[in-house]
Amino acid sequence: MSVFSFPRFAAVVAKEFVQMRRDRLTFAMIIGLPLIQLVLFGYAINSDPRHLPTAVLSADNSVFSRSIISAMRTSSYFEIDETLTSREQAVRQLALGRTQFVVTIPENFGRDLARGDRPTLLIEADATDPSATSNAISAMREAVSQALSRDLRGPLSDLAPTAFPVDIRIHADYNPEARTEYNIVPGLMGVILTLTLVIITAMAMTRERERGTMENLLATPIRPLEVMIGKIIPYILVGYVQMLLIVGAARFLFEVPFAGSVPLVFAVSVLFIAANLAVGLTFSTVARTQLQAMQLSIFFFLPSLLLSGFMFPFRGMPGWAQVIGQVLPLTHYLRIVRGILLKGNGPSEIWSEAWPIAAFLVGVILIGLTRYRRTLD
Amino acid sequence: MAEVPPVIDVRGLTKTFGRRTVVKGVDMQIARGEIFGFLGPNGSGKTTFIRMLCGLLKPDGGEGTCLGFNVRTESDKIKPRVGYMAQRFSLYEDLTVRENLDFMARAYGLPGRKAAVAETIERFRLSSYAGQLAGSLSGGWKQRMALAACILHQPELLLLDEPTAGVDPSARRDFWDEVHELAAGGITALISTHYMDEAERCHRLAYIAYGDLLARGTGPELIAASGLCTYAVSGPDLAELAATLKHAPGVDQVAAFGVTLHVSGRDCPALEAALEKNAAGRWRVTRIETSLEEVFIDLMRHPGKAA
Repeated sequence: MSVFSFPRFAAVVAKEFVQMRRDRLTFAMIIGLPLIQLVLFGYAINSDPRHLPTAVLSADNSVFSRSIISAMRTSSYFEIDETLTSREQAVRQLALGRTQFVVTIPENFGRDLARGDRPTLLIEADATDPSATSNAISAMREAVSQALSRDLRGPLSDLAPTAFPVDIRIHADYNPEARTEYNIVPGLMGVILTLTLVIITAMAMTRERERGTMENLLATPIRPLEVMIGKIIPYILVGYVQMLLIVGAARFLFEVPFAGSVPLVFAVSVLFIAANLAVGLTFSTVARTQLQAMQLSIFFFLPSLLLSGFMFPFRGMPGWAQVIGQVLPLTHYLRIVRGILLKGNGPSEIWSEAWPIAAFLVGVILIGLTRYRRTLD
Repeated sequence: MAEVPPVIDVRGLTKTFGRRTVVKGVDMQIARGEIFGFLGPNGSGKTTFIRMLCGLLKPDGGEGTCLGFNVRTESDKIKPRVGYMAQRFSLYEDLTVRENLDFMARAYGLPGRKAAVAETIERFRLSSYAGQLAGSLSGGWKQRMALAACILHQPELLLLDEPTAGVDPSARRDFWDEVHELAAGGITALISTHYMDEAERCHRLAYIAYGDLLARGTGPELIAASGLCTYAVSGPDLAELAATLKHAPGVDQVAAFGVTLHVSGRDCPALEAALEKNAAGRWRVTRIETSLEEVFIDLMRHPGKAA
């Protein structure tokens, strides 16, 4: 008896396709999950929020304070929608979360400024979520210096903020407008593939055990490798359907500029899809019920989501978390996809991220094959 | 039968799960073309034994061959030649009858697959259900389809684990007719069951309880070996009589069969004396042949005594 027989393998593939077609709920999940996540992550998540509610408590009505406020408006980070009258009111608005920033301009701000006394401009931020405020705060500095350099002219030009001796220019490469969607949508492809493929395959195999069909399958001459690969192939196709959906949405819905080759993305994705499916299958050799398979999948999905650099910048994580992240295929896949789509990377640049996924795949398949029980013991 | 090697020839087969020994050193020889009935109470080790024969479980002890191949090391060679039907329906409920059979045919690498599946569907009169999902079939038809699926690849040995549990009498009769036809064609069958009428349709029987093989032989051999005498008692107030007889010396079993009581015991003179004392006069007492049911219940109650 051969170790691998193509007709037996084809039998498993054909069966899986028919079962997939009959299982409406799973089918809905295959299509529905990417769409829901696209909308949630693509439209709802923004790590560079603008138009934050800002209140002003001003005791000064000089031309300087007015132009500072108008410069803040122009920066588009601040939505100045309220003028406060007292200190207590300011504290209360912040505490209630009705406003993100309170700008306090002290009495005689204009006069002190003209005198060269370096008056204080107080900006209080509700920094419970630092990521919501950090960009706005750095924009504030810029807004103030621009506003004042315009007003401090003629006799007051001595007071103008002294220019840096060096003219620093910053280019935000690959995403000059710092649009979060450009980063999130391509990354989302990896996240969705991880979530659906691991769950679906883990359940597909556990279902055989739960429904008792495993007993029949084991009694036939079908070999473990034929079952494993036979179950993986149909879902690779599922992965590609999901990718098409997301790439399509990225291009036409979110208008992500594609700098590199889309076919290349599809080609390298084989590795990543196979790695996730292998994880799912390996889980199914451990799990006894479909519920356990589901829980194991979540157990794998969470670190993938949090430590891969999808949610938080990879370089910002502590060393041990980076080590875990390096093992996860999603980490490398994100870099590959963002590299190709946003930076226009080619095969030579992505190689260094592709081999860790391949290594992961081989490792997991080996574990899966040894765990696969040829008997019911 | 000495010149033809037995299809199943195992000695001392043992299986332990954790600290519980489920099958304790069972020997079994089954000849070609034989329909071998496998009986025993629930949890007696029948399923475990059958699973060891077809390679689903690895025996912890014992040696033997199945179709001439070692049951420990050559399960890959045994599997293609065996048709196994699990106790629980184990085909795909979300595939149609035809798709299930087609899958099995491909799994066994059957040449001329389409024709073989069509022929099997025809033979088992499954044509009108061929396009229906297996999950929507009734118990009898599911079992029919499962039998069709396990003889599709023309196995030499059928291992059927309680194939007729929960199936109506006429479907059961059809099933057994089918099995006899197959056996006439040279297929050997090992069938576990709880039904006495089915036990009577087997060529030979084995009785296993709590992992021990207690008795083996043809139906009449088992009855003779049990040494039981049985009397039928009819007349008025049978329930009262039954209560009295149950505690009478020499009486081992009392069971009501409609308007008669069947009373059996191993010690024939004592049993006759007990009937003479308690049932003389008002009741009609006739000696009848002991049935397999009495034999098996006797074995279950006194497992120490092997036939």
